[in-house]
Amino acid sequence: MMKRLLTTAALATALLTNPASAQDVIISNAKLAIGDGSEPIDDAVVVIKNGEVTYAGPAQGTTFEITQLVDAKGAYVTPGLFATVTSLGIWDVGAVSQSNDTRAGGSPFSAALDTAPIVNPSSQHVAIYRAAGVTRAAVTTMPSGSIFAGQGAIVDLGSDPDPITKARAFQMVDLGEGGARLAGGSRASSYVLFKAALREARALGSSRGTPQTTEISKGDDVMLSRFDAEALIPVVNGQQQLYVAVERAADIRSVLALKSDFPRLDMVLFGANEGWMVASEIAAAGVPVIADGLDDLPVSFAELAATQSNIGRMTNAGVRVAISASGLRNPRRLPQAAGNLVALSSVPRASGLSWGQAFAAISSVPAEISGMGGRAGVLSRGAMGDLVIWDGDPLELGSVPTKVFISGVEQPLDNHQSRLKERYRDLDETQLPKAYDW
Amino acid sequence: MADTLRNLVFKQSGWRSRIVVGLSALALTACAATGSANASADSASKSGGEFAALKESDTPYPSTYVRYPGAATALVGTTVFDGTGAKIENATVLFRDGKVVNVLTGEATPDGYSVIDGTGKFVTPGIIDIHSHLGDYPSPDVDAHADGNEATSPATPDVWAEHSVWPQDPGFSRALANGGVTSLMILPGSANLFGGRTVTLKNVPSRTVQGMKFPGAPYGLKMACGENPKRVYGRRGRKPSTRMGNFAVNRQTWFDAIDYANKDDPDRDLAKETLVGVLKGDIMVHNHCYRADEMALVMDMAKEVGYKVTAFHHAVESYKIGDLLRENDVCSAIWADWYGFKMEAYDAIPENGALLQQSGACVVIHSDDQDDIQRLNQEASKARKAGLRMGIEISEGTAIQWITLNAAKAMGIEDVTGSLEPGKMADVVLWNGDPLSVYSRPEKVWIDGALMFDAMDPKRRPVSDFELGQPGEGDVK
Repeated sequence: MMKRLLTTAALATALLTNPASAQDVIISNAKLAIGDGSEPIDDAVVVIKNGEVTYAGPAQGTTFEITQLVDAKGAYVTPGLFATVTSLGIWDVGAVSQSNDTRAGGSPFSAALDTAPIVNPSSQHVAIYRAAGVTRAAVTTMPSGSIFAGQGAIVDLGSDPDPITKARAFQMVDLGEGGARLAGGSRASSYVLFKAALREARALGSSRGTPQTTEISKGDDVMLSRFDAEALIPVVNGQQQLYVAVERAADIRSVLALKSDFPRLDMVLFGANEGWMVASEIAAAGVPVIADGLDDLPVSFAELAATQSNIGRMTNAGVRVAISASGLRNPRRLPQAAGNLVALSSVPRASGLSWGQAFAAISSVPAEISGMGGRAGVLSRGAMGDLVIWDGDPLELGSVPTKVFISGVEQPLDNHQSRLKERYRDLDETQLPKAYDW
Repeated sequence: MADTLRNLVFKQSGWRSRIVVGLSALALTACAATGSANASADSASKSGGEFAALKESDTPYPSTYVRYPGAATALVGTTVFDGTGAKIENATVLFRDGKVVNVLTGEATPDGYSVIDGTGKFVTPGIIDIHSHLGDYPSPDVDAHADGNEATSPATPDVWAEHSVWPQDPGFSRALANGGVTSLMILPGSANLFGGRTVTLKNVPSRTVQGMKFPGAPYGLKMACGENPKRVYGRRGRKPSTRMGNFAVNRQTWFDAIDYANKDDPDRDLAKETLVGVLKGDIMVHNHCYRADEMALVMDMAKEVGYKVTAFHHAVESYKIGDLLRENDVCSAIWADWYGFKMEAYDAIPENGALLQQSGACVVIHSDDQDDIQRLNQEASKARKAGLRMGIEISEGTAIQWITLNAAKAMGIEDVTGSLEPGKMADVVLWNGDPLSVYSRPEKVWIDGALMFDAMDPKRRPVSDFELGQPGEGDVK
């Protein structure tokens, strides 16, 4: 039996007053969602030691020494959400260009761009989405000067100076409508540029001494510099993932066929609004997908067949699918998107997800796709201690975390928004202006 | 879209495409110039001449909407949010001949109604979106369809949104089927201080916009504060380039309209006709405005000029001036959780609606978005929950009121829709569960008593001309 120290209120209180560093934590009385696709279980326990999960499962039959005790009182306890793909920490205000590092259209560089050194862990967006239960995220610049976006990073949303979990985790390329505009106006150009770039990278990667690569340029535009080609070496070698932005079914087929030229590519489809039409081919290729959850409009000619059933149908066909944060208004809406996919399960002819599948699509699946399988987005032995205690069903509208732990460290949940809310709780200025209320 | 940096990832085209677009636009302009030979014969002339156009009071471009047939229907044993804020358990909703007959509790269903078992289900009035650009910025989102901003002058009260609406926008059907939206107002965008006239539509598929126009709905005038107008025109080196420039152009435009209104038999001026309609109280002002301090200035400008602001749209800072908004009887049409996409949205908070409600000010949840319009019930639910978390008690019925009766009031159609009171249009949604839950969807939607969507019937969903014969035609979407 677990030692029932929960009844020792004085001890629990004393221990809870010092939550600032990575301590051993036990969460008891949890409605536990592991994040692996299974349904929640009641009366569960999660143990975090040295910042890692050592146990998550039924309380029955377990015995632990308690240093810090949190009684979840039956609340949902889940792994932190994994938001992919995002621009968290690389912009403050979208329309304030000075604060926005998401695009570098004027840069001579593309694939060489590296997100890792520019992520600001003090960004309000990091604070706000941490308070919404997002604990890890994939962050990248966007294709703007070229079809290649640059090298994205995996970050944590912890309130500490070091946000980087994995630098240069993936490269991104746009081989859809947007990429075609960037490549000169046609998908035909995108593919030539893509193949030429990877051949350059392959040649560079296998050579010795001074690289021989020349620039690929058109007019005054350098479309691929030597630095960009070097950055693509790990892509062509399969050491770095390649996220391919693409929506149209025909484009997806062409992208999957790239493996015949470059067999070591470790591809992830990003977008894939028409993925359901080619789901069996995606599944056969073993390529995972990061898909917009709720797109259902023919916003472009590449998305004529968009439907909210896209993710359900691909999942049913055996494709590993994560819900993309990029298509949402903000990453706070990840659980809402997942909840909507659960809702589809009760709509005739629609394809949705079970609760467990939907939660996995915003936790373990995106983590696995990002190479963090077993480490993030899941509460299993050996995972990082990213854990959220919720005030309700995490997929239900308006549910929020009451506690967030990242690598076992309890996180502050205050931010610009929460401070404004408190200041304007009332409009009383009889004694002093609101500016003194802080 | 009016004011969104939609789809931060990838949906923005590169600079090369803009150059191409610019060239083709020039070519089109050249073509159009050759077609204007009859302009003088078509133009309006003053009374007494040989030619005379219809006057504004003749209501040109009239609604041709006629309700479709529908059976007398009883939704039995259901939970009702009636739009007025009330929640009624174990109720029966009756409608026939296009009108709500009654909402009964604990009584037997009268004879003559087709009975639908509503056990475990919920009924609301049709959802109403007070801020949409469907049809004016339709899908597919291509330059050829971008008809929502006449961004050639900061003051274009002469343009009418209805003249840009493409009724084949597939977005209308998604709003119906997934969002239960039965009425919506289409506004011009926010590039201009005076964007033009709004149009209110019934969400009924039609070959023409006239076939969608909400019979008798008043027009609105779209105005815009803040960043957008000064950015659009400042970049072109013209007024306004500052917020004070915004106000200067606004005030002078209004003063000119007052002079026009005081003239006997002036030459027709489409722009002035719209502004005079506002001064007379016939046209309602819908003012895009984010910041609290700017809203306070606009309310004083309205007093200076002599008009009323009906609603501030995108009013992310309304919570800072709930008292002023209550005193001036101005609604705030807001999102639940949009944040930070532009400087004037940096102080947006999820508790905005709840704090306004606490202040006694009017709250409307709007979409401004082809996706969010499919989930206004969810947005209202999030805004309510944010209030509950900070101790502001807001009933479930109030959250539904934000997207039904309050929207109808701010659109001037509250006498005929927005609630399930007897005699109102039978705009009704049957939800397969609690509409404030993420797990619920519309099962059936009636407009004026006609069944326009049925999740149980694959054919009872609109498919626009654009979608026919294309991948995904008639899919569940």
